[in-house]
Amino acid sequence: MYGRGLRALSISTVVAVAAALTLVFFYAPLEAEQGFLQKIFYLHVPLAIISLCGFVVGGVFAIAYLRTRDSRWDLRSYVTIHMSLIFALATLITGSIWAKGSWGHWWVWSEPTLVSFLIVFLLYATYQPLRFSIEDPERQARYASVFAITAGAFVPANFIAVRLSTQYLHPRVLGSTSNLPGPMALTFLVALGAWTLLFVTLCKYELTAKHARFQLRALRRRLAGEQSRPAPRRRSAAPEPGAGPAKLGARVAGGGASS
Amino acid sequence: MSAQRESHAPGLAVPALPVAEAQAPAVPLWTAVGALLRKELRVELRTLESVPGMSLFALSTFVVFHFALNRTSVEGDLATGVLWVTLLFAALLGVNRLFVADAEEGGLDGFLMAPVDRTALLVAKQLTLLCYLVVLELVAVPAFALLLSVPFAHALPDLLLVLLLADLGIAVVGTLVAALAVQTRARDLLGPLLGLPLLVPVVIGAARATSPLLVAGHSGGPGARWLAMLALYDLIFGLIAYAVFDFLLED
Repeated sequence: MYGRGLRALSISTVVAVAAALTLVFFYAPLEAEQGFLQKIFYLHVPLAIISLCGFVVGGVFAIAYLRTRDSRWDLRSYVTIHMSLIFALATLITGSIWAKGSWGHWWVWSEPTLVSFLIVFLLYATYQPLRFSIEDPERQARYASVFAITAGAFVPANFIAVRLSTQYLHPRVLGSTSNLPGPMALTFLVALGAWTLLFVTLCKYELTAKHARFQLRALRRRLAGEQSRPAPRRRSAAPEPGAGPAKLGARVAGGGASS
Repeated sequence: MSAQRESHAPGLAVPALPVAEAQAPAVPLWTAVGALLRKELRVELRTLESVPGMSLFALSTFVVFHFALNRTSVEGDLATGVLWVTLLFAALLGVNRLFVADAEEGGLDGFLMAPVDRTALLVAKQLTLLCYLVVLELVAVPAFALLLSVPFAHALPDLLLVLLLADLGIAVVGTLVAALAVQTRARDLLGPLLGLPLLVPVVIGAARATSPLLVAGHSGGPGARWLAMLALYDLIFGLIAYAVFDFLLED
């Protein structure tokens, strides 16, 4: 169910990322002050935008879960937040490298975006421990959704608070596309699109993989029959929605038995 | 068979409890809040579980700060930092204990069976935490002034305003975090882990508003911008807590 369109999505992602990287390295002009280092902007800023949007989208999926109580929404919320967390970590690392390159320090407290990003990252880093420490699946989904909604609303609130707290604002020459020269703006938008596609593809892969794993587990249990083995120790905090429709399980189980 | 038993298909998701929706709350919200608040305060007066611990923690932390900073007096930004770090961590102690007795002794089950709006519990717990924080500060702030000889007697009204706004924020966010963390296995760990990032904006606002007040020859108020920010944060998270709290109480 989740695997449909995965190949087309993957191919378009590869093409888009290749195009974006080509534009970044061969088309976009070198920035006058920072030179080659400024190219990290085409990676860092899109990653930051995507991960923040991902956090908020995870909150929206969580609202959908609480409204419908359909555990697929919870799985989507989990996957989105999980992937956003990875992107956020990449954002922090690339931001740190950029800060070291252009300001000479790995970490700059006077840059509000960096600081608020760190706070948001720290908050979402507790999402997985929260899920892990709740046993009951239904309650886990419910509590994780409440967390996702609260944290999703916290993202903009936190950015406003931290932005207010910094007197010195880093000149945001590269902050928006409006004051970028044409080729740079075009490259930035293509890069944003490419990394967004990458995000969506990775989310879809994770959803598909999780779903396949649940199906596999359900089939194993069926094969084991009455003397079902104890459930394997869970290594992921991912929600476990319904392990697929029964008829699909029966079909594949039949194939497995004949071999 | 076991596969079918153990897995619940999406279509079989548990519907929202129709029973709770069907019967209208028989007791007005504020009556319920008053009763719950009286019960909370009576329990606290009899067990003395949270507030003395929080106050003692704050006092010990000031002593630790004295030795860690190697100072007999602090002022300005340093004093602000000492005060807010201490108050924040002492508050988290109270947050961790806020729902534990109810969850362990069946108070939540009893509440869910009562024909009252669930918001009553949220409001009552927020007010309880607010009371704890006020008592904590009645102890901690004078002790702070005495132990670390902070010059702020002239700015007391402004400081009280900042403290009140920050307390509201801590109470609102802390209650939500406490309700989230209490049903988990690692509740003592998750409470502070969830609470600290969520309270960073409160600390920003409170610290920026406090630091000009803790300077000897200070002039001017705490800065309306920071007070407005604190108030706005309190409001936003009050609404969020109101919106999501019901979902934490469904079993």
